[in-house]
Amino acid sequence: MIDLRGISKSYNSSVALSPMDLRIESGQTTVLIGPSGCGKSTLLRLIAGLVRSDTGEIRFDDDALTPGNIIPLRRQMGYVIQEGGLFAHLTARGNIVLMARFLRWPAMRIQSRLNDLSDLTRLPLPLLDRYPVELSGGQRQRVSLMRALMLDPQVLLLDEPLGALDPMVRHDLQTDLRQIFGELKKTVVLVTHDIAEAAFLGDQIVLLREGQIVQRGSLVDLIDHPASEFVVNFINAQRSPPEMAGRSSNAS
Amino acid sequence: MRVNPEERRSEWTRVRVPGRLPHNFVLLLIVLAVISGCSRPSHITVGSKVFTESVILGEIVTQLARSSDIGVTYRRQLGGTRILWDALLNGEIDVYPEYTGTLTNEIFAGKGIRDEAAIRQALAENGIEMTRSLGFNDTYALGMREDTARRLNIRTISDLRNHPDLRLGFSNEFLDRGDGYPSLRDAYRLNLPHVTGLDHDLAYRAIATGSIDVTDLYSTDAEIAEDHLRVLQDDRHHFPDYQAVLLYRSDLRQRAPRMIAAMTRLEGRIDEPSMIAMNADAKIHKIPEMQVASEFLSRALNVFARPSYSGFWARLAERTWEHVELVSVSLLAAILMAIPLGVIAASYPRFGQVILGGVATIYTIPSLALLVFMIPILGIGWKPAVMALFLYSLLPITRNTFTGLRGIATPVRESAAALGLPRFAQLFLVELPLASPSILAGIQTSAVLNVGTATLGALIGAGGYGQPILTGIRLNSHSMILEGAIPAALLALLVQGGFELFGRVVVPKGLQMARTNH
Repeated sequence: MIDLRGISKSYNSSVALSPMDLRIESGQTTVLIGPSGCGKSTLLRLIAGLVRSDTGEIRFDDDALTPGNIIPLRRQMGYVIQEGGLFAHLTARGNIVLMARFLRWPAMRIQSRLNDLSDLTRLPLPLLDRYPVELSGGQRQRVSLMRALMLDPQVLLLDEPLGALDPMVRHDLQTDLRQIFGELKKTVVLVTHDIAEAAFLGDQIVLLREGQIVQRGSLVDLIDHPASEFVVNFINAQRSPPEMAGRSSNAS
Repeated sequence: MRVNPEERRSEWTRVRVPGRLPHNFVLLLIVLAVISGCSRPSHITVGSKVFTESVILGEIVTQLARSSDIGVTYRRQLGGTRILWDALLNGEIDVYPEYTGTLTNEIFAGKGIRDEAAIRQALAENGIEMTRSLGFNDTYALGMREDTARRLNIRTISDLRNHPDLRLGFSNEFLDRGDGYPSLRDAYRLNLPHVTGLDHDLAYRAIATGSIDVTDLYSTDAEIAEDHLRVLQDDRHHFPDYQAVLLYRSDLRQRAPRMIAAMTRLEGRIDEPSMIAMNADAKIHKIPEMQVASEFLSRALNVFARPSYSGFWARLAERTWEHVELVSVSLLAAILMAIPLGVIAASYPRFGQVILGGVATIYTIPSLALLVFMIPILGIGWKPAVMALFLYSLLPITRNTFTGLRGIATPVRESAAALGLPRFAQLFLVELPLASPSILAGIQTSAVLNVGTATLGALIGAGGYGQPILTGIRLNSHSMILEGAIPAALLALLVQGGFELFGRVVVPKGLQMARTNH
């Protein structure tokens, strides 16, 4: 369980996050969603310890996140960013095992973990010898996911991991991600701006706007009991293709 | 059998240079640096200024010493008065040829020293002594082309006042020093608008081609007769006596009494016509100073010196070794210093601006000025040259390290942090490898620039390819200039190419692909 209490963050004079409390349940997928600049990425980066909050504290079970324990805590978290953030000078394998090698895992253990992850993410092992520049966008995200999962962390943080992919690849990866999340039972925090993706992957959706939490709950909650006009507008802003087709048939 | 250290050193380099460099290279440099830093008690070092007459006189003293079985090193064409005088005071050289006028008007300027006794007194206070006059007076004079002078009817310096259109080109030293142009202008009330400074040897070429009309001369210059120049009469007797003497450290009396005796033999033995003839031999007839000096010694003193000529290839090998040594030691030190500076600059933006500003400021100091600044601290020769090259190398490497690290995309940098790598591991495992193409490019830039800049090291006695270039300019010998310039250009190309190849080995393959694919 990740517990955020009274967290806030400002950059210079602009407020990125107003003081807020948020509980992220263990073993569940929590989706942070909202329009650009709503603070959803900032929230994720606060959890990863990449930025420090101005007020409040973040607790992982019983441990408060401090500069002193940030390194061991990060090793309990996997982090995947849009476009992968892969290290161009290392092969896919080099990227994935960098941290395990640094921790001096035995080669056998590294290899067996690689095999498991290759199955899990459905990325063929031979591709691991390629450099990032030789991989497609979808393959790079799978490598990035493997890198995040290498140490078998309890928490997985994903910052718009599918944002830069074309729709077909995106669809496949969404399907795979849902299966992986279901299989691993990890605490997942996912940032997206796509309500369909949020509904498809998330157990709990947290809708943010201008640095504040507008509503939290399932998609059904958000549709049936919208907390404000904004929730209705945000959900309706994203059209589905069947909806579009239905309208055009009504008109004719 | 005596082996003179200079020969021993060149013997060593001749064996070493063609061999493989990398492994023992650094160790060798350190050993060499230590050896060159040590002084041997019974050993004499002779210096000379960067003009032919001084080089010949230094050569004469050197050969005379050698024929008296005194261990001697000759550091030729070290620079101007200030460099030689400081080197003498510091004990980096023991003897050099000087002129009494320079002592009264420049070294002891403003102390009201006029006669020889006063000079000796002032020298003694600095632990320096001088011989009596070697026999000639090489004073300053102004000269112009005979045809121009005749056309304008100019005979004396005073006559210049009636011709404000004349273009005056003076050697930089003459233009700046107290006893040079400033005092001449005051004494003659000259008010001539067109005055420029240039190298003394270039001034002769400029006056021959007519790009300047009047220049300063030394009264024993070979070109006076050769180039048909008229020496303007010093009608107000402004220029003081410039009797040639040898300055030497008083401690030679204990360290090498035979050296004093040898120098005394030269007193009064070189008259003005002999000096002009020797200057002409070296400068116009292109006879090596070594030979000019040995011919003089056999003719005038019946001393048969053994000038040790080295052939073209031996010379080239020695110059190459000196040059590579200057460039590699300074570059190595700069890499060790500049990469951490670049890392600090990239990590702490505000402090980084101070660092980048600092190294950029150093870079703007003219190289000659930087070399001369180093002399009071580090003396002459190898050390100040390496230090100056080191300082110049800092900017390209520091800046490229900085921009290489700053160019890493935020998601990539944060991914390394989010993995849970400690800061130093983020730096060494991710950031520096990603910045390596940029860092290497900075090192390459520094190395190539260093090969060029190191030629200036010869001005302060550091040797290298600048040595023949300097001699070539002094003797107006194109072939001599090319003997330094061509190897320097080739070395620059070699360094450039070498780093290209090195980059293919060192730069991670994934980054090389990224560069060619996108």
